[in-house]
Amino acid sequence: MEKRLTAALVTAGLLVGLLAGCGGPSAGESPTPDSAGSPTPSAAETPTPHANEITVGIAQDLDDSLDPHKTVAAGTKEVMFNVFEGLVKPTPDGDLIPAVADHYELSEDKKTYTFTLREGIKFHNGDPVEMRDVVYSIERCRGDEGENALIPALAVIESVQADDTTLTITLEQPNTEFLSYLTLAILPEDYDQQDTAPVGTGPFKFVSRAAQDNIVLEKFDEYWGTPAYLDKVTYKIIENTDSLVMSLQSGAIDVCAHLTSTQTAQLGDGFNIEEGTMNLVQALYLNHTVAPFDSLEVRQALSYAIDKDAIIDLAFDGYGAPLGSSMYPAFGKYFMDELTYYYPHDVEKAKELLAQAGYPDGFEMTITVPSNYTPHVETAVVVAEQLKAVGVDAKIQLVEWGTWVSDVYQGRNFQSTICGFDASTMTARALLERFTTDNAKNFINYSSANYDELFQKALNTYDDAEQTQVYKEMEKDLTANAANVYIQDLADLVAVRKGLTGLNFYPIYVLDVSTLRWES
Amino acid sequence: MKYAAKRVAMLVLTMVIVSLLAFLAFDLISGNPAEIMLGTEATPEKVAALEHELGLDRPLAEQYLDWIAGFFTGDLGLSYSYKVPVWDLIAPKIAVTLCLSLLSFVLIVLVSIPLGLGSGGKAGGPLEGLGTVLDQLCMAVPAFFLGILLTWLFSTTLKWFVHGQFPGLGEDLWGSLRYLLFAAVAIAVPRIAMTVRMLRSTVLSEMNKDYVRTAISRGNDRGEVLRRHVLKNSLTPIVTFLGQTMAEIVAGSIVVEQVFAIPGLGRLLVSSISNRDHPVVQAIVVILAFWVVLSGTIADLINQGIDPRLRREAGR
Repeated sequence: MEKRLTAALVTAGLLVGLLAGCGGPSAGESPTPDSAGSPTPSAAETPTPHANEITVGIAQDLDDSLDPHKTVAAGTKEVMFNVFEGLVKPTPDGDLIPAVADHYELSEDKKTYTFTLREGIKFHNGDPVEMRDVVYSIERCRGDEGENALIPALAVIESVQADDTTLTITLEQPNTEFLSYLTLAILPEDYDQQDTAPVGTGPFKFVSRAAQDNIVLEKFDEYWGTPAYLDKVTYKIIENTDSLVMSLQSGAIDVCAHLTSTQTAQLGDGFNIEEGTMNLVQALYLNHTVAPFDSLEVRQALSYAIDKDAIIDLAFDGYGAPLGSSMYPAFGKYFMDELTYYYPHDVEKAKELLAQAGYPDGFEMTITVPSNYTPHVETAVVVAEQLKAVGVDAKIQLVEWGTWVSDVYQGRNFQSTICGFDASTMTARALLERFTTDNAKNFINYSSANYDELFQKALNTYDDAEQTQVYKEMEKDLTANAANVYIQDLADLVAVRKGLTGLNFYPIYVLDVSTLRWES
Repeated sequence: MKYAAKRVAMLVLTMVIVSLLAFLAFDLISGNPAEIMLGTEATPEKVAALEHELGLDRPLAEQYLDWIAGFFTGDLGLSYSYKVPVWDLIAPKIAVTLCLSLLSFVLIVLVSIPLGLGSGGKAGGPLEGLGTVLDQLCMAVPAFFLGILLTWLFSTTLKWFVHGQFPGLGEDLWGSLRYLLFAAVAIAVPRIAMTVRMLRSTVLSEMNKDYVRTAISRGNDRGEVLRRHVLKNSLTPIVTFLGQTMAEIVAGSIVVEQVFAIPGLGRLLVSSISNRDHPVVQAIVVILAFWVVLSGTIADLINQGIDPRLRREAGR
């Protein structure tokens, strides 16, 4: 007996000793350079001199081409925003300011843009930015060598002419949105490794990427504009949500965006939580060619049956902005708040409409949801519950993202889905064009002659105020026809370690780290 | 020797079948790499162009043979997602996962063999009940949950390690091993509990056999009998079990890596599957399958060495 007990004790003792011995050094010395500034959260609360760098946690790896003209994933664009710039670049207010261009002029007839190249501007590899690089970048996206255009909207260009310092772009007709397409990244012409080791002109330069591990950016010392405050930013990829929260608590990461209210509640005093918007239109998207969603009454009934505010309260602790059409508040002038409650929550009205449509006892439906997007999954649960009240039995089908893209988005083989759409450029067109009848991205098969006409009108309207009005008409059309059951623009909760300031929110999906800094 | 040759032939055959399955699996499930890469920007024209660029429009047989040839020339192709050679992508991950697996295996062997023999050799003591409860508790705890508990205790509370700050094997080997140790414990504990229980019952059934009773009744020391005879006779099932453990640890590490934010093979495998990054998934699957088959083969060959009866049977 004693022997056995001794053996057990010795083994346990050895194990503890091993762990303790292993744990020892971290208290005394800094095991890695990263932790030099803040080995523990408690140390971060008291003012200690920080190394001039931060680690940002991201849930999605940059498993995409790093060539900005080919990048598709929003998560990749979000990071690489700090590396690339176009002739113009967006500001947090949604304006466009000159970047690689020093300034530009627009002719009287609004068809000719003249850009002057910024003097002395350099690429991260030390080469000066020359006019040929600018022309190369634009031509590459315009794709006039017969290949698929990277940016089809550039087809409005009639001609591009350039000398050493000025670039003249002439359009076939005036186009109020044209400038926003020129946020396309300017890349060096004689460089063929953009895919893996990208080179741009932004405030940060790309240093390295380790798959599923990290991405490292460093300050670009020869940046033309306001230099970045931080010397180095490491993006750490942590896909597991529990792990993400633990890494914030342990001090391994300093900033993390797109958190849920449940996650931020666990963080404690070491962090400030900043609230922005995700800038996407979350809705129950309905397939208009599948019964019963081909019926306007049914779609309207569902819109009445859903209580957006209850969804936001129940699943998102009250964070989120209710929406009524395919436009979100960050777009300012295009956003129509009066559409938000066009269909107020009204169970009786919903039942009445269902009866009119021939479904007095409701029906069964399937909501297909990409399982990797927790907010959409949680929304679906509440939506299904709310639909029960009007007799509609909604089954939630969780699918992998890849399956969603293939079956729902590409194949259009679905009944309904909950997901979110963002705008790739800061134009109303980026959100609204997809619902025109023949658009390749019109996965809900929306078809409204009025809508298509309005879109053509918008394209041919050159006065900004008038055009805005037309886009608003389009939003109204979507709402009146209950194209989708609109829900909300999700809140974007960003945890920022105390002592770190300068976070700006943009109306597009980016995280600008150039303005972040440690308070001295 | 003949037996060894047979085993190796089996191994090769298994690998061929696995490679075929790994290759064809993607044809059976929905989701096309080009569509996923383009996401919500996808149009039929763009998808077709990208498929051509990736070589997905070639005949399946040609794609398979090219890929198999790659294993011999060392050129496993480019990752669709990362645009870098597959081998460059997975080599550092294999090193990390291998370290984690070996560390877990060493823990399992070091802890479970003395515990199992001890508890099996002396059954019926007052601590018996407590031991069984503890054993079952450890067996029931899933590794990922244990990982969360360990992190809470050693990182959040005791601050023995900084969760999420894995230094990287190349940069700080000792720091990395220390970080991996906590994950290894999470993987090892449930397996230790299983091994102890298995050892205990093997030893107990061996202890009840006539030869043991005879040996003890003839005045031999109980501990001596346990070490010299019982252990030897219990060894074959233990080796087989440890062989299985070796294979299962890798599966366990895939889950635990996520909890501890360790950049190993597991995270890359999971993300590559959802991205339909065929070249990466196929290479990893084949490597993992090789690992599993290899641990089984090694265990068998060791057993051959231990037990002459197995050698004679195989020879026939």
